[in-house]
Amino acid sequence: MPAIEAKSLERTFSDDVVAVAGVDLEVNEGQIYAFLGPNGAGKTTTVRMLTTLLRPTGGEARVAGFDVVAQAAEVRRAIGVALQEAALDPLMTGRELLRLQATLHGIPRAEGRRRADELLHRVGLTRAADRRVGTYSGGMRRRLDLASALVHEPIVLFLDEPTTGLDPVSRKAIWEEVQKLNAEGTTVFLTTQYLEEADQLADNVGIISEGLIVAEGTPRQLKGEVGLPHLEVRIAEDEHALAQEVVARFGRPLPAKDGAVLVELARGASEVATVVRALDDAGLCVESLDLVEPTLDDVFVAKTGQHLEGGEPATGETEAIPAP
Amino acid sequence: MSLASLRANLRVIGALGARSVRQTFRRPQLMAPILVFPTLLLAIQTGGAGSAVDLPEFPEVNGFLDFMLAGAMIQSTLLAGNSGGIAFAVDIEMGFTDRLFAAPISRFAIVLGRLAGTFVLGIVAAVWFLAIGLIFGATVEGGVGGALLVIVLVGLSAVAFGGLGSAIALRAGKASVVQGLFPLVFVILFLSSAFFPANLMLEPASSVAEYNPLSFIVEGVRDVIVFSLSLEGLAEALGAIALIGAFSVGLTAVALRHRLRTGG
Repeated sequence: MPAIEAKSLERTFSDDVVAVAGVDLEVNEGQIYAFLGPNGAGKTTTVRMLTTLLRPTGGEARVAGFDVVAQAAEVRRAIGVALQEAALDPLMTGRELLRLQATLHGIPRAEGRRRADELLHRVGLTRAADRRVGTYSGGMRRRLDLASALVHEPIVLFLDEPTTGLDPVSRKAIWEEVQKLNAEGTTVFLTTQYLEEADQLADNVGIISEGLIVAEGTPRQLKGEVGLPHLEVRIAEDEHALAQEVVARFGRPLPAKDGAVLVELARGASEVATVVRALDDAGLCVESLDLVEPTLDDVFVAKTGQHLEGGEPATGETEAIPAP
Repeated sequence: MSLASLRANLRVIGALGARSVRQTFRRPQLMAPILVFPTLLLAIQTGGAGSAVDLPEFPEVNGFLDFMLAGAMIQSTLLAGNSGGIAFAVDIEMGFTDRLFAAPISRFAIVLGRLAGTFVLGIVAAVWFLAIGLIFGATVEGGVGGALLVIVLVGLSAVAFGGLGSAIALRAGKASVVQGLFPLVFVILFLSSAFFPANLMLEPASSVAEYNPLSFIVEGVRDVIVFSLSLEGLAEALGAIALIGAFSVGLTAVALRHRLRTGG
């Protein structure tokens, strides 16, 4: 049984704005699924429907085997939710928030206190437990938010942009915790606009644009769909013609870029040494050499014509990476 | 609803009520309207308009402070309702209510938790003004029992007014909108018998005050302080509280349903 399943899930708002236009997805138990897309793509609206915070206007969805509309209470018992922007009361202390969360999930008082202390320790907030949340840093807030979503040991954990706005160290701490939770058996559904986050964490990635999933698969599969790795060889201008002739033996030449000769490598990184030797045998003096792998941004560009981070239209730079 | 479910919901209401009270005490801008403003107004009016008791047809009272206490208490409960609404709207704005909506609890328990907090604040206000009154020479003709009745009436009034604040917060979702209703509280107050006997007001204010439900609550509380217990006054006060309460609960239910259906 999939942990999360959505069929033609739709949400239209009263002003005829279609936020989600028919999302189909399936997340297996024990997976980390990253929902990748720019701001306004429909990520948060999808999460709000899957977590019963918003009723779909079309389609259906099941979480932990329960229908999000007809069995909303059962869904809420099975899930943990950490929403965008860490919705924490700045006037409460970390300990108060976790105890309240335990009460909301019907955990007996003594057990709730024990779970709160345990989770504060787990996310490294024991010393700050009795300080008001308003005094916490962004990273501490996110860790507390994550801890609050875990009080009742959920089967499925929803994280809506868990690391947006965090510094690299805090981001890494959240990633490690998410990986640890997943290793303990929790299914994780996270939305993100960071390619690296999806790449690092996810077993499966769904790319959403304008309310529709435009690509889905493992990060490796998705990147494999948009093209092969290419080699960028930086070399003196007067040797370009000869260099192009040499590299063409190893794959399809691509248009030169920023003074570099480009070639798509049919056999990937394993061919780099052979190319270097061939250039050397031809008496060419290589200044630098870069192996460029396709990224999830390339996948996004190929599917939507836009870059994921920054949301700019795809131009020049990415022409070297052909759409399938 | 099963007994276990009822017990679980009551526990949630208690926890959310306690949070609401803590939140008010920790945020001075929420606490000030409940105790500080009505106390200042009480001091100014009692000091500046105390000779009003000598007016013909002014009710027979021991002192102007005795007369004013009920008005100050009800002003405090109205402002407690407004502050509760503001706090609720702040919760909505910062996404805290989503945390509550995502929990496996009755969604109306979230509103009732807020109102439980407002009830406690109403009781705090009643005790505060009774203490001030007694310190500065007022008497409660109804005795200890009457004082307890005043506390309950004021607490229930706070719940009824808090319901209105919650309904507006749920519908608007913005603290600034609820805050914008602050002046309206004073219009409603001054068009009641809270600070001046309705029979001494000019028309049309006199007629408005006579039928203003707030006047019935104020008079019910005032009767206990100034004249001793009057069953008729108590019944009218409870009736007015029930009317406002039913109206505000209905409004809240509609606003809650709308928010859950539309997400905003």
